[in-house]
Amino acid sequence: MTVRFGGQVDAVALRNALDAGTGTVKDVVEECLARIAERDGELHAFTRVEAECARARAAELDAKRASGAALGALFGVPVALKANLCWKGGIADCSSKLLANYAPPYDATVVRRLLDADAVIVGTTNMDEFAMGSSTENSAHGPTSNPWDTERTPGGSSGGSAVAVAGGMVPIALGSDTGGSVRQPAALCGVHGLKPTYGRVSRYGLIAFGSSLDAVSPFARTIRDVARVLEVISGACDRDSTCLPLPPFEAPQPADPSRLAGFRVGVPKQCFPAELDAGVRACVESALQQLERIGCELVPIELPHAELAIPTYYVVATAEASSNLARYDGVGFGVRAGSELGLQEMFAATREAGFGEEVKRRILLGTYVLSAGYQDEWYGRAQHARTKILGDYLQAFEEVDLVAGPTSPCTAFRLGEKTADPIAMYQTDLLTVPASLAGLPAISVPCGTSAGLPVGLQLVAPAQEDGRLLRAAQAFELATDHHRALPPMLLGAQA
Amino acid sequence: MSATIERDGDVWVSSRTGTRWHVVCGLEVHAQLRTRTKLFCGCETSFGDPPNSRTCPVCTGQPGSLPVLNEEALALAVRAALAIGADVAPWSKFDRKNYFYCDIPKNYQISQFDRPYCTGGGIDLPSGRRIRLHRIHLEEDAGKAIHDRGTTTLVDLNRAGTPLIESVTEADVTSPEDAFDYLTALKEILIYVGASNADMEKGELRCDVNVSVHPAGEGWRTKVEVKNLNSFRNVAAALEHEILRQIQAYESGDESRYPVQETRLWDADKLVTRSMRSKEAADDYRYFTEPDLPPVTVSPSFLERQRGMLPELPAARRTRYVRELGLSAYDADVLVADRAVADFFEAAARISGRPKEAANWISNEVLRALGDAQTGASTIDDLPVKPHDLAELIELVAKGTIHTAAGRTVIREMLESGTAAAEVVERLGLEQVEDESQLEDWCRAALEGKDAIVADVKDGKEKALGALIGPVMQASGGKANPQKVREILKRLILES
Repeated sequence: MTVRFGGQVDAVALRNALDAGTGTVKDVVEECLARIAERDGELHAFTRVEAECARARAAELDAKRASGAALGALFGVPVALKANLCWKGGIADCSSKLLANYAPPYDATVVRRLLDADAVIVGTTNMDEFAMGSSTENSAHGPTSNPWDTERTPGGSSGGSAVAVAGGMVPIALGSDTGGSVRQPAALCGVHGLKPTYGRVSRYGLIAFGSSLDAVSPFARTIRDVARVLEVISGACDRDSTCLPLPPFEAPQPADPSRLAGFRVGVPKQCFPAELDAGVRACVESALQQLERIGCELVPIELPHAELAIPTYYVVATAEASSNLARYDGVGFGVRAGSELGLQEMFAATREAGFGEEVKRRILLGTYVLSAGYQDEWYGRAQHARTKILGDYLQAFEEVDLVAGPTSPCTAFRLGEKTADPIAMYQTDLLTVPASLAGLPAISVPCGTSAGLPVGLQLVAPAQEDGRLLRAAQAFELATDHHRALPPMLLGAQA
Repeated sequence: MSATIERDGDVWVSSRTGTRWHVVCGLEVHAQLRTRTKLFCGCETSFGDPPNSRTCPVCTGQPGSLPVLNEEALALAVRAALAIGADVAPWSKFDRKNYFYCDIPKNYQISQFDRPYCTGGGIDLPSGRRIRLHRIHLEEDAGKAIHDRGTTTLVDLNRAGTPLIESVTEADVTSPEDAFDYLTALKEILIYVGASNADMEKGELRCDVNVSVHPAGEGWRTKVEVKNLNSFRNVAAALEHEILRQIQAYESGDESRYPVQETRLWDADKLVTRSMRSKEAADDYRYFTEPDLPPVTVSPSFLERQRGMLPELPAARRTRYVRELGLSAYDADVLVADRAVADFFEAAARISGRPKEAANWISNEVLRALGDAQTGASTIDDLPVKPHDLAELIELVAKGTIHTAAGRTVIREMLESGTAAAEVVERLGLEQVEDESQLEDWCRAALEGKDAIVADVKDGKEKALGALIGPVMQASGGKANPQKVREILKRLILES
């Protein structure tokens, strides 16, 4: 019997079926590769499909099962990796011309943990170059399409991983979320996307964009899967000094997972700005009513410094990025240009030829805000504002258990719609960057569709309360069918 | 026409104008910490290994890699700070210093900018002057760019990520002699506390000089940085040269020649400094807090533990050797200059109970064997002779089994072959002859024809005996017990 997972079987169910002796990892991997072959020509979620590597791994895992060894928590589960996660089996090019063919000589901690849990990595996914963007259009590989409407973007920057899951090609995928790069595409593609508490998951091997914000983050179709991935990849890491010295995450096991009795959910008025799409507003308001029906009390709250979030984020993240991306100079890393030139001229020629426009824009911005004479005015003030934004949340969590609102101010926009206007593109991060700046766990869960396009509900919890966050997300999931909604192109597959 | 400049203590006096010039100088010293591994990764620190053989994803700056602070480096850095009486910050942080160069794989160096781990402290020089420290901070070293291969530049990252402490003095250095003395004292302290091997030839200690001159009573003038100083002697020579160059420039009255703020390189062959680059357009390193590393906290208990691990420092040891062990100031200096030698001495002195003898043997014989081709030893710890071996020799001499002259033969043999003292004595038959009749025979022979001496001794001039002892020792092949020889000679003369 073949284990089918194309939009129907989640990772935990798949793993348990394999554990029970149903089918083989080989069957699973072959079906996964077939789905990718069938759909990815249109969607372009993957930058590389590592078929041979996946098949070899499947054989290894089938042998392991035959030997009677205990099976890992993600045994036989196909996983896709965003192209900024280091994996010895793949190419981590960050969708950049400059880093083309970069084959990491080591595994990221999260990759090591996935492999230790017996997962099968099937390939790497498309992204905005160096994770800079909100539409997966800033990619050396060209854009990824949204399975709900292939004329539209999946969001970004982890659009490839979002689509790999939303398009039914893999049950789970890893992305990275710096200012919303997992939550926003999850919302736009109708899947779950969790950004854990900063430091809950090791960043070792995640190619840095904004170091104080970057979080390795999973996509999945069920909260059970989200929790399972977090259980596998979280926990202290002695190679990342910013990783919290905590044991791996354990999903809570409430007596009644369908109720959130006594939960106080804060609804910030700043999360419903004037520019919020009316369809998004309607879906989210109905989701909030659903939360009330399962026992939550809705509490209107204020996040008074929310309006500072976008400028603050674009100063902090670009400052860190300008330094993080300095190493791509054509010496150790990067496709060298101008090798006949002097050293500094070669650096410049390499970076000029290799980086895309958005990356150059952010490096210039980040370099500027750190420059002598400007640093206090920009970087210094942004750090100050960041403290204020965190303070808003700390104050809110005195009163409430969670904060809820829309994940994205709009549904999936058309390819090319915002590429000419960087500021309009930056504004799509409006609702996700505050939790990033505050280092808080936040999740986007599907909460319906507007004009045939998915809408995401964002929940934010206090630091290290990833468990509370998933508990609430699961109760919402149990009360609704939104996460089961499939893009039209998959409906045939389901039949 | 250039003026003659003469020294009057720490003042440089122009013969032409009579202007009295003062010097303002500060030193920046980079010292490599003596850790097993690098500052932010597990690679072993390296010298002379094949290029790029001591590297990993972290120290080659692989995308996605992250630094983790080596606690051993912090401990050594803290010990160095405590040894110079500095304040260790309970809270400090790392920053990124951003600049592009091929030997720095991330194109930023992890250093400490506005919150160094250590401030204050100072070192007292033998001249009685005190050089105060402004700060010390921790940072990682760069790799090495090798430019001498035609048009190709090669990069070796073995050194990249090696832990350094950079110490910066206040502008308390007023002469080349101060600079030399300060560096000597600093090096001695770093070696003593085990913070650094401080070997300049291996690049474990590097020094830059900042210097300016101004007429007495006037304000400070433009400072010039001098680099490429690969020995203490070169630091002093470069400083001397730079002081004179600056004074001559001002004295010329030609403003186009006045010193400008710049970095100059010392040319040790031509004995001049040369302009490397002007600092008018100062580098902007865009320092900001390293987001990959949490702040560095030093708890009171960590601090006390490091304080407890500090050895007695050179100055204190020197004083104790003179006051308590009765050594000469010269011997104390010789022994203390190298911590391993001083430790060797203390062990030998303790075991033998004879510090003065131990000091003599070490400074006259043992230290001579260092750098000697036959022993092949460069440090005292490389020698086959250990403190207890030397103590054994000291006891043999003290007991009279052999006398000092024979002892010298014995120690040389010990240093070459590692054979125990007693064994050498036996093999070479150096044991003193105690047999009275044999000694008497040698003495009678020596007395023959020495009537004048005999008469002197009979007159009570016992010192005259000395002229007879030498020939007896010679006749015995150095084996006669000189004490007994003296007694027998005296008896024979008085009986005659």
